[in-house]
Amino acid sequence: MDPLVTFCLRMGDTTLILGQQTAAWCGHAPVLEEDIAFANMGLDLIGQTQLWYEIAAQAEGKGRTPDDLAFFRTERQFLNAQLVERPNTDFAHALMRQYLFDAWHLPMQEALCESGHEAIRDLAQKSVKEVRYHIDRSRDLIVRLGDGSDESRAKMQGALDALWPYAADLMATDEVEETLVAQGVLPGLDRVRTAFEAETAATMSRATLEIPGNGHARIGGRTGIHTETMGYILAEMQQVPRSFPDARW
Amino acid sequence: MRPDPDTVRGWLGEVPDPEIPAISVVDLGIVRDVGWENDTLVVDVTPTYAGCPATLVIALDIETALRDRGIDKIEVRRRMSPPWSTDWITDEGRQKLLDYGIAPPQLNAANCAGMLSAQSAACPLCGSENTEAIAARGSTPCKAQFRCRDCREPFDYFKAI
Repeated sequence: MDPLVTFCLRMGDTTLILGQQTAAWCGHAPVLEEDIAFANMGLDLIGQTQLWYEIAAQAEGKGRTPDDLAFFRTERQFLNAQLVERPNTDFAHALMRQYLFDAWHLPMQEALCESGHEAIRDLAQKSVKEVRYHIDRSRDLIVRLGDGSDESRAKMQGALDALWPYAADLMATDEVEETLVAQGVLPGLDRVRTAFEAETAATMSRATLEIPGNGHARIGGRTGIHTETMGYILAEMQQVPRSFPDARW
Repeated sequence: MRPDPDTVRGWLGEVPDPEIPAISVVDLGIVRDVGWENDTLVVDVTPTYAGCPATLVIALDIETALRDRGIDKIEVRRRMSPPWSTDWITDEGRQKLLDYGIAPPQLNAANCAGMLSAQSAACPLCGSENTEAIAARGSTPCKAQFRCRDCREPFDYFKAI
């Protein structure tokens, strides 16, 4: 596959799956404000997905639409980071997953604002403004709940221990990104990891949470290898369009 | 009949935003360009938030309003760059928001966007500046929830972005 298409799917699949997971909190979050916040952030992410899929579909040139890419690909064809497919176990897990994603997404979008590809640059300059609000909220809640009661701290630490190994998958790169950097489509991405490490270290310190030091890392989502939760997410998300593939609004 | 772009802009000034009908799509600053390409009237519109569900409705409402004025060939185009900013909301639009009960965004989005703590809002009901943010998200992605400490009423604040 064209490296540009692969990269756009890696980005768009990651925002789509997180948007889908986040939307599932609608009607279930512990307080009304957070219920609304999760639903609205899911909207932002799915809107950004639409833009990534438009670039991917155009570069691919096979006449596929963003909906085709979202609803008519199989698990091994999805290239999202494994972090975002981890389950909505509880509010602590959902929030920690969101924060770790945001801590990567903001520097990534900032870097992409300097992309040599016009459509990617336009997308990033739009998205980065939304993403700043995302991390403003998730960082605030990580600190308040981490540096909170004994119970809230224990739940946040448990979520961090469970999810930290998957953060590596957000930053996993291979010859796809290398090719695009060489072509000038992408700027160098080393700064994204540096920014992620600085952001998470500072925030976890304020939240009195400890980043696991065992070095465990889970990667593979970027090449289509997923965890046990992924099939269920796709089944729920794709069931209606696959049952009625010619349906129109 | 080929009305000039300023006339068309005037018509679009009567097309309400579907989510906040108190202000028009022109007040919101999303109509970026109006012009003729041969016999087609082209309207460039920039989306507010990437995932704003109102975007599709806005394009349809603009097309419908222009058809009602007798224009046959219309193309509503999406323009992504430069990205929309709340700084583009007109002064008239800000006053309409306030009258509707929504505190308008602060100017200079570049300085305060992304951090709610950098933004303050006067209560649209009693005018007090003694207010506090309750939540970063409100009834739509573009708004936050505030509370007035004086009149005790909650209100929406249109976030700077």
